[in-house]
Amino acid sequence: MRGEVFDPTSLNKQPGADRSGQVFYFLIALAVAAAFVMVGAVVWDVLQGSWDIASSRLWSFLTNSFLSNPDEAGVAQGIRGSLIIAVIVMATFPIGIGAAIYLEEYAQDNLLTRLIQVTVRNLAGVPSIVYGLLGLAVFVQSLEGLTGGDSVISGALTLAILVLPIVIITAAEAIRAVPASYRDGAYGLGATQWEAIRTQVLPAAMPGILTGTVLSIARALGEAAPLLVVGAAGFYTTGNEDFLQQMQGAFTALPMNIATFTKEPAAIWRGHAAAASLVLLVLVFLINLVAIVGRARIAKRLGR
Amino acid sequence: MSVTEHETLPESPDIVIDPSGAEPAAEVFSLADLNVYYADNRAVADVNLSVKEREITAFIGPSGCGKSTVLRCFNRMNDLIPIARVEGSVRYHGVDLYAPEVDPVAVRRRIGMVFQKPNPFPKSIFDNVAYGPRVGGMKGNIEEIVESSLQRAGLWDEVKDRLDESALGMSGGQQQRLCIARAIAVNPDVLLMDEPCSALDPIATGRIEELMKEIQNDYTIVIVTHNMQQAARVSDRTAFFTAELDDSGNRRGRLVEFDETSTIFSNPADERTEAYVTGRFG
Repeated sequence: MRGEVFDPTSLNKQPGADRSGQVFYFLIALAVAAAFVMVGAVVWDVLQGSWDIASSRLWSFLTNSFLSNPDEAGVAQGIRGSLIIAVIVMATFPIGIGAAIYLEEYAQDNLLTRLIQVTVRNLAGVPSIVYGLLGLAVFVQSLEGLTGGDSVISGALTLAILVLPIVIITAAEAIRAVPASYRDGAYGLGATQWEAIRTQVLPAAMPGILTGTVLSIARALGEAAPLLVVGAAGFYTTGNEDFLQQMQGAFTALPMNIATFTKEPAAIWRGHAAAASLVLLVLVFLINLVAIVGRARIAKRLGR
Repeated sequence: MSVTEHETLPESPDIVIDPSGAEPAAEVFSLADLNVYYADNRAVADVNLSVKEREITAFIGPSGCGKSTVLRCFNRMNDLIPIARVEGSVRYHGVDLYAPEVDPVAVRRRIGMVFQKPNPFPKSIFDNVAYGPRVGGMKGNIEEIVESSLQRAGLWDEVKDRLDESALGMSGGQQQRLCIARAIAVNPDVLLMDEPCSALDPIATGRIEELMKEIQNDYTIVIVTHNMQQAARVSDRTAFFTAELDDSGNRRGRLVEFDETSTIFSNPADERTEAYVTGRFG
């Protein structure tokens, strides 16, 4: 270059100078489009399939039990089961968040801690049906006196254990991502370890922790396999049980309803499966909405 | 210091108040044969020095000379690094800070720290300053403490109308002065400053230096700085550290010379100090 006569056109854009970059851009744009098309197809299919029911008798579908008459059958039992499951699973989140705090803030960095961390990661990858077997052995059989056997308590606790590794991993990642300068600042001002965690680390990690809980709730409410193993019914007959009897008695959940509708041979039940799917989607969305709004509020308060 | 008087630091028998007032300033810190190890690596070797009350003591030296490590012994921040180990004695008004009965939390309430990079909490300006008094269980009017701390840090007029805005929206220099206000708010005895201006522009740096001179009458200040001119401008005494390689090639910090700042910069005893302050090395 030096010594040559400067050619002003040598600074011009060259066609094809970044060909591989353009190809890559095209491919990732294609990937995004494919993802949108698939999600759109699912939503469209569910909406279309459930249109008959949603437009004509939405309320009775939401409030009726699983009846043999297709014009009256509903998913009230499934909604109730799924809501109870959501509440019990959420009640176990503090255990997961506490475990993450311990692993990140208190545990010594030694072989045992690393072993626990690896184990938690592996547990997150265990197929859900295996958790169903665990739930069957522990909650349905060993702890039958407490759970009432194949009850909604057993099902919810099984799902809680299923999602606990996800809660722990995402919370631990969020806690690890909190800048060390926040901790230093707190300690430098005479905060104790717990004060530093409570006032700086947890608030800063909360958006990430909530992301994990959002994923976990969606996962727990969508699982059918473990519920199948711990003995959820597709439907059940109701009498005049009190609260404890209901909690310890037969139960179902929306995924079980969907499976049961789908297995019916008559074509009219397809609409019921789609409508139940729609209810499940809306339910998950509503629960997540709370977490997302909370996350946005915390993020705003943190000034980000 | 009345507020934190009840803390668990043992009574100091060694503070002697000379009624004549003619004696030199009392000793706040004294280091004797201080060695700091990171795992098996001795990062700081055999440091002996003392810090006098109401003086600004500067630590200068090239990167890796252990000056920040020594600074972090004064408020036991090295405790937070699991592999760090401190040997020798660090005495604060005669009390061994590493004695088993000493609570590091109580130490840090008396000995405040300002860090290299401004690190305001992601909270409002008010809550940043109020943080220390709140966790310390300080009694009294928090609003008054916040206002007086911000005033002492020369920040009040700039922020008094936006105390509830996020501290992250301030400029870097303002953030660092906020961190100083935050440290002052717990009414400490000592301020440790770990390269407080290294992330700031010259104007913001000048403001911090002015501030240090202003508050010097009330606080003992120890500042680590890469900036020799800064040490020359603000400090009463200067400690020059250097890094030497040990047998296995790790850097080991050593105190070369500790004297009045004017002596260090005009007539140093050690030729390594002279080489450094005249810019021939480092």
